[in-house]
Amino acid sequence: MRRLLIAVPFLWLLALFIVPFAIVFKISLSDLAVAIPPYTPTLDIAEGWAGLKAFFAELDFENYIWLTEDDLYWKAYLSSFKIAVISTLLTLLVGYPIAYGIARAPQEWRAMLFMLVILPFWTSFLIRVYSWMGILSQEGYLNQVLLWIGVINEPLIILNTNIAVYIGIVYTYLPFMILPIYAALEKLDISLLEAAEDLGCSRFSAFWLVTVPLSKQGIIAGSFLVFIPTIGEFVIPSLLGGSRTLMIGKVLWEEFFSNRDWPVASAVAVVLLLILIIPIVLFQRNEQKQREANQ
Amino acid sequence: MALDVFAPWDDPNAKPLIQFQNVTKRFGDFTAIDDLTVDIFEKEFFALLGPSGCGKTTMMRMLAGFETPTEGKILLAGQDIGAVPPNKRAVNMMFQSYALFPHLSIWENIAFGLKRDKMPKDQIGERVEEMLRLTRLEKFARRKPHQISGGQRQRVALARSLAKAPKLLLLDEPLGALDKKLRQETQFELMDIQETTGTTFVIVTHDQEEAMTVASRVAVMDHGKIIQVSTPDVIYEAPNSTYVADFIGDVNLISGKADPQGDKLHMHWAEGQPAVVGSPLDGATKGQDVHYAIRPEKVSISAEKPENAANAIQGEVHDIAYLGNISTYHVQLPGGQIIKAQSANNRRISRRAFTWEDKVWLSWTDTAGVFLER
Ligand SMILES: Nc1ncnc2c1ncn2[C@@H]1O[C@H](COP(=O)(O)OP(=O)(O)O)[C@@H](O)[C@H]1O
Ligand SMILES: [Mg+2]
Repeated sequence: MRRLLIAVPFLWLLALFIVPFAIVFKISLSDLAVAIPPYTPTLDIAEGWAGLKAFFAELDFENYIWLTEDDLYWKAYLSSFKIAVISTLLTLLVGYPIAYGIARAPQEWRAMLFMLVILPFWTSFLIRVYSWMGILSQEGYLNQVLLWIGVINEPLIILNTNIAVYIGIVYTYLPFMILPIYAALEKLDISLLEAAEDLGCSRFSAFWLVTVPLSKQGIIAGSFLVFIPTIGEFVIPSLLGGSRTLMIGKVLWEEFFSNRDWPVASAVAVVLLLILIIPIVLFQRNEQKQREANQ
Repeated sequence: MALDVFAPWDDPNAKPLIQFQNVTKRFGDFTAIDDLTVDIFEKEFFALLGPSGCGKTTMMRMLAGFETPTEGKILLAGQDIGAVPPNKRAVNMMFQSYALFPHLSIWENIAFGLKRDKMPKDQIGERVEEMLRLTRLEKFARRKPHQISGGQRQRVALARSLAKAPKLLLLDEPLGALDKKLRQETQFELMDIQETTGTTFVIVTHDQEEAMTVASRVAVMDHGKIIQVSTPDVIYEAPNSTYVADFIGDVNLISGKADPQGDKLHMHWAEGQPAVVGSPLDGATKGQDVHYAIRPEKVSISAEKPENAANAIQGEVHDIAYLGNISTYHVQLPGGQIIKAQSANNRRISRRAFTWEDKVWLSWTDTAGVFLER
């Protein structure tokens, strides 16, 4: 019984990660073919040992070599990385004050403020991104309001640019930044800030010397929670970004569905996963450290 | 030649370091400090003593600058400090929770305040080393607060608040978290440090023994008011009210009607019992309600009626509390009232002179207790 319980997460991992990954990895080693499925070889169990040998003989790393030859791919990886870094910083900039505000709000307000942060999750993600199109387009609400106030004379072009992508990402991932930072700030003992002031800090320097370092774990956790999914983000850049917005998620989608080149698309996906392992491991380490600090 | 005792509060020319002038502090419509006036002098070790919620922490926080008085003024060295923010006051506080910075090492915690003063690096180093030596923490300088014991943490908090050599150091229940033995050791350590540094200490405690041990003067508080301020011996021997007498140590309280007779005051307190005789109470008139307070250790217990004792009453042993070095006898008087008498156990327990339900005599001199008006 006990063994069975321990086995559950492993089976879960096996079924939902290892097996799909093995399939994708195998496809990435295959060749493109005009067939269904659109790649060769496929394993034919009926031919037995010889079939298996022939199957493995046909697998190679061609597609990975191809990724290094066409500069589209590394540019897309790099651009995704850049967009993810910038959006993470922007999300932090917006999320920290919100988390701080909630943590300092009177106890009886906090639950309600929290609800407001999480509320958008109750509607479909796609609908919310579409509504940003309505806000940001040239005839959109934002431009209408700005024109009406008279801040601008010509409508701003925001939709289909990287700016729209940043807005979309910050909006979508904000709760992931707010929650861990809030958790860190909520634990912070007010008397530490008073002690800092007592020892000669201004309010502002007490914030930098005490509040920020003590919420570091939350900042790191939140940043990874935003950064990791943003790198592979597909929906936001394709709906809000323009033709010049280059992100690896978009490239992946095009390889799969426009070019129907499953092997190359799989290779792109495997490389993306390998790249993401680094921040995921760092994130795990941070979590581990936090758990140890809490003990 | 008179002995040179430290008693600036008796010197009309002494300038107080801190003056509370009719200070009132309200939170909403709750009055935490009620029209309080008191002077604290330089180099004093001043203890605030009182039950939980009587406003001790609030007084400290007003001194540190975290709260401002609703009414009245607080002067530090003659200057009104009402508008001075905490980071600009020459006052440091040792917090009840220690409030050590968990992300900084012990060394950095102690250096924290010095760095804010933009002190040169080598001087900071020297000062921190000095503080580490003073609090015997040299070995732990590199550790983080969670890597040391409660007693060590408490010393770090002390070192950190002393590092800036404040004019005034506030200690809010500094020893609350320590066990009894460590607490006693630390009390003496605190007194040593206070003497070597010459800093004025204001300490908050709800432990009367602690206040008596460390303080030059004790202020007994209740509901935002100071009931009595005096040296520990005066507080103990000559409390000004039954509240103070009862709060500090163990006491027997008897109520009755005053009857001044010559240079003594008599008090009639029960039918058929002799009047209690003691030193007079200023302004007491015949028939006025008064109280008599006497400490259990000043009441003698004997089998025979003692000759020429000013006060002697007979009763029956109701209960005996054996405390090792001393025993407290609870003696019931005919009217039902219990009087406690303490005696040293200078014999083994099996050879104790009195036991339950023995008839005994309680006696004390006419200067052993005090009459109180309220
Ligand atoms: N910020 C505050 N708001 C409202 N009431 C407070 C506040 N601070 C203290 N009090 C009240 O003032 C009273 C005195 O508190 P405090 O000075 O902390 O007492 P002590 O330290 O003697 O236990 C308490 O009844 C407490 O509830
Ligand atoms: Mg308190």
